[in-house]
Amino acid sequence: MEFAELIRTPRVDNVVLHRPFYPAVEGTLCLTGHHLILSSRQDNTEELWLLHSNIDAIDKRFVGPLGTIIIKCKDFRIIQLDIPGMEECLNIASSIEALSTLDSITLMYPFFYRPMFEVIEDGWHSFLPEQEFELYSCSCDEWRLSYVNKEFAVCPSYPPIVIVPKSIDDEALRKVATFRHGGRFPVLSYYHKKNGMVIMRSGQPLTGTNGRRCKEDEKLINATLRAGKRGYIIDTRSLTVAQQARAKGGGFEQEAHYPQWRRIHKSIERYHILQESLIKLVEACNDQTHNMDRWLSKLEASNWLTHIKEILTTACLAAQCIDREGASILIHGTEGTDSTLQVTSLAQIILEPRSRTIRGFEALIEREWLQAGHPFQQRCAQSAYCNSKQKWESPVFLLFLDCVWQILRQFPCSFEFNENFLIMLFEHAYASQFGTFLGNNESERCKLKLQQKTMSLWSWVNRPSELRKFTSPLFEANNLVIWPSVAPQSLHLWEGIFLRWNRSSKYLDEAYEEMVNIIEYNKELQAKILPQLIPSLLLEGGKLQRCKQS
Amino acid sequence: MEHIRTPKVENVRLVDRISSKKAALGTLYLTATHVIFVENAPDTRKETWILHSQISTIEKQATTATGCPLLIRCKNFQLLQLIIPQERDCHDVYISLIRLARPVKYEELYCFSFNPKLDKEEREQGWMLIDLSEEYKRMGLPDDYWQLSDVNRDYRVCDSYPTELYVPKSATAHIIVGSSKFRSRRRFPALSYYYKDNHASICRSSQPLSGFSARCLEDEQMLQAIRKANPGSDFIYVVDTRPKLNAMANRAAGKGYENEDNYSNIKFQFIGIENIHVMRNSLQKMLEVCELKSPSMSDFLWGLENSGWLRHIKAIMDAGIFIAKAVSEEAASVLVHCSDGWDRTAQVCSVASLLLDPHYRTLKGFMVLIEKDWISFGHKFNHRYGNLDGDPKEISPIIDQFIECVWQLMEQFPCAFEFNERFLIHIQHHIYSCQFGNFLCNSQKERQELKIQERTYSLWAHLWKNRADYMNPLFRADHSQTQGILRLPTTPCNFMYKFWSGMYNRFEKGLQPRQSVTDYLMAVKEETQQLEEELEALEERLEKIQKVQLNRTKVKSKQSEPSKHSGFSTSDNSTANTPQDYSGNMQSFLSRSPSQGDEDSALILTQDNLKSSDPDLSANSDQESGVEDLSCRSPSGGECVPSEDSGKDRDSDEAVFLTA
Repeated sequence: MEFAELIRTPRVDNVVLHRPFYPAVEGTLCLTGHHLILSSRQDNTEELWLLHSNIDAIDKRFVGPLGTIIIKCKDFRIIQLDIPGMEECLNIASSIEALSTLDSITLMYPFFYRPMFEVIEDGWHSFLPEQEFELYSCSCDEWRLSYVNKEFAVCPSYPPIVIVPKSIDDEALRKVATFRHGGRFPVLSYYHKKNGMVIMRSGQPLTGTNGRRCKEDEKLINATLRAGKRGYIIDTRSLTVAQQARAKGGGFEQEAHYPQWRRIHKSIERYHILQESLIKLVEACNDQTHNMDRWLSKLEASNWLTHIKEILTTACLAAQCIDREGASILIHGTEGTDSTLQVTSLAQIILEPRSRTIRGFEALIEREWLQAGHPFQQRCAQSAYCNSKQKWESPVFLLFLDCVWQILRQFPCSFEFNENFLIMLFEHAYASQFGTFLGNNESERCKLKLQQKTMSLWSWVNRPSELRKFTSPLFEANNLVIWPSVAPQSLHLWEGIFLRWNRSSKYLDEAYEEMVNIIEYNKELQAKILPQLIPSLLLEGGKLQRCKQS
Repeated sequence: MEHIRTPKVENVRLVDRISSKKAALGTLYLTATHVIFVENAPDTRKETWILHSQISTIEKQATTATGCPLLIRCKNFQLLQLIIPQERDCHDVYISLIRLARPVKYEELYCFSFNPKLDKEEREQGWMLIDLSEEYKRMGLPDDYWQLSDVNRDYRVCDSYPTELYVPKSATAHIIVGSSKFRSRRRFPALSYYYKDNHASICRSSQPLSGFSARCLEDEQMLQAIRKANPGSDFIYVVDTRPKLNAMANRAAGKGYENEDNYSNIKFQFIGIENIHVMRNSLQKMLEVCELKSPSMSDFLWGLENSGWLRHIKAIMDAGIFIAKAVSEEAASVLVHCSDGWDRTAQVCSVASLLLDPHYRTLKGFMVLIEKDWISFGHKFNHRYGNLDGDPKEISPIIDQFIECVWQLMEQFPCAFEFNERFLIHIQHHIYSCQFGNFLCNSQKERQELKIQERTYSLWAHLWKNRADYMNPLFRADHSQTQGILRLPTTPCNFMYKFWSGMYNRFEKGLQPRQSVTDYLMAVKEETQQLEEELEALEERLEKIQKVQLNRTKVKSKQSEPSKHSGFSTSDNSTANTPQDYSGNMQSFLSRSPSQGDEDSALILTQDNLKSSDPDLSANSDQESGVEDLSCRSPSGGECVPSEDSGKDRDSDEAVFLTA
């Protein structure tokens, strides 16, 4: 298929662009295979350069011969194009519609994108499972890398390499896979170096109504416990939901068969409930006509912050089991690809200082989201403006990022990255020139040959010029566990995402800049004082008389 | 002292608000000025101090097997639950506190016994720090249009106004007196703020006694005179800050609002801010939400909405924005009033002034603003904040709302204010503490009669002395945000107004961000300053040495680096950070409570431990517990004033969040 077939009118003059907080601009609108571009041809800049894949929904209106297209983006921005001529407008609209809903992944922009920057480090090889294993688990000989899933035959949504207890052989893993939803047998997610406790994750056990059991499964998860120790199983579903799952062949671990484990049920919502919550929240943020009370009531009715609280609470509970109770845990919901990953990754943010650095966080996303098989392609296909009633779209990853932002807000000096880093990840998960978030799991990514055909997001991000934008000046590395507050008073609407296009951030940006200046100036002085100090030290024969005793 | 039935009760438990299972055992002392709880734990002997004047309500709850619970709610939003073993003791404490918390004479208030060990001269200087006549001069007064009037000398015309007032030059004494007779409590139109750039002014008054048809020639002339004092505009706005319905109801009582037909060239405008009773109830409702034990997100948001608090804040802000726009953009003068012109009018005039004039966004300027629009114009501090026992229906959080408006603006314009959130919180605290004389009484006249300046100390001097703790590190005098008018978006932005947990939950440290960017930046700036000095000294010395060594061999080669220069590591200032109760109603399963003061989470950087800032904040920690002596002296060297934040509460977030 040629893009040219889809582009009915490649170019229209005298189009007026309306964006929030900018004056309207008149210019020429161009449609390319992947972008919508508007330029007024002043200063050689383009006022609009929008990926078609970022378009969530469009509306059109006509007043006489003047057509208006309202474009609603997956990053929640809303822009308006006034296009003279009804035919042009209709053509543009239908072209955009076609181009923004391409069926084939291989037609997406990442397959056409040619980077204009020099690749210093190929992001596809930045976080290899073997290296990560070294980093996280080298200190213990209780774990091993298993290649049982090399051909994606045991579990289609798992990566080829997983970490499992050393005492369990691949044959047993194959058996366990048949007993877990989607073949997702329990694997290591996190190893807490301080006390050797671990977080495991999996799919639900397929106990069904007649209480099926699997000796290998029991053996596998018991193998993670040290002698005389007990562990916790955190089921991210409520007990009722978990019980209902039995009717469909799913279920949960029976106490009788797992006597060393205690099960805790938390209820984290999934799928369309989250999607509806997002739709309501964005609607509330965009509606500026209501009074104060209706704003709060709409915010409340969206339940977004309730979901945040629930997810964070469960993650804190998991972290608490590990760090305070000294107990290992197994986490799963139904498939183990959504709420499970929210909990395992947030628990690591709380427990593991490295995951609060830029590289560590990237590694976390690579391990706990991409490799772990969160179906990005499905979940992020549509955003807050979609009207499709597909079941699989869900802002699971955005909720995770929001939770990270909540922790960052409470511990602003403990993260190497800033809010912009999280916003950038959100944008790229929904629409990107990079291949990182394409596909639903490693198996699909392999088939698409993403490594060969597309550029990794990390190749772009991990260059000094980009990193500078995402680095928090406040960061002071600390090796501590950080316990966030989950009280409603401590949880806030993430304005940087949800009000981004509805308020001017000028004054807040200035404040950030000021903060950077204050810290940079301090560093500059420190750098200056060294060369001054040394000669004077030498000249004075090492007699140190520092003005300041710090 | 005669009101203290029992000065000391032992084996009292102070219940932790967040986790009801954890309670500290200690001794409760009642002194002439404070309630003090000293924990038994030998290593900390943590003390919690509560000023009697901060006590809002005391509630005796049903006796349980463990003892008799006493709930003390404070005006600075602290909440204390004590369990006293003996019912009799509890009753004695209760009766004593009821009396102590409601003094009947001014002389009983703390400021008359508080002695920060300053000499007479220092005290007098303290009172001179803020000078309103200087402020009017700064505004450019007197000038061709405005003059200082002595019509209210000896409070002859209006006893709730100050003696020094600016009025239009063309307003004769006859007009003023005539107008005053046509205004509630004789509060005639007088100048609040003068925008010298375009001669527009903000004037304030009380409502006219217009009833259904009454007129007053002098009052009409008075408004005319205000209009004429601004040659750039041919009309003035008259802003009635009440809801129209309330204003209309007042007409039946012979009061009301200006009839546009009777006054030439006025534009009349209602801006519906609710009355003191609505505001009191609203705060009450919001505090109930804050007090909820482990509320759900919906409980909280629903309760917050239901309280209407943020809607009221927005109404006040909207009024201030309207006036600031009228003055700056339309160059029109504005007369503001409500009923008596001392509550809503004070709020709205001061918000508008703050938006218009960067001076009021500085530390000193903000003190001036409160002095001008609140203290001098007769805001009834004593009645509103219940300093003396009085009619509970007079109590209302009017200045609290103004302070919150300032905070809401600080959130929007982080670089625009010279002071930080702590400054606002401490001012709020001291409005209720009665530790300083500034906010006593209901009017200037009363304060003068009581000889406040001779007998008490000024808060402004105290805050000024500790100003380093109140600085906003992001403030720079030459920053664009600190210049000119603060312009808020024109579209109604409801999400702009947020719940201020730093104020209303300020004693629940666990709910606050665990690391404070403000404190971090303050520490960085302090270090920067030291570095600058050090660098200068080094350069000087190097120059000297180089002169001496000029003939000797040159020194090359690099040396090992000196140790890192960091004086503000977050983890130096540590208190334990422990998990909250994450298990919700799954209470049974996690049985062991985490060990306290665990070594592993020391990274909290908040105001309490980073700096002892206002000595008020931390004073109590090193005090001996010779309780009888503690009441009005400060043992640790004159500066330490036991009050704010009830002592060294730094481990209050050590709370065990696991209700096992």
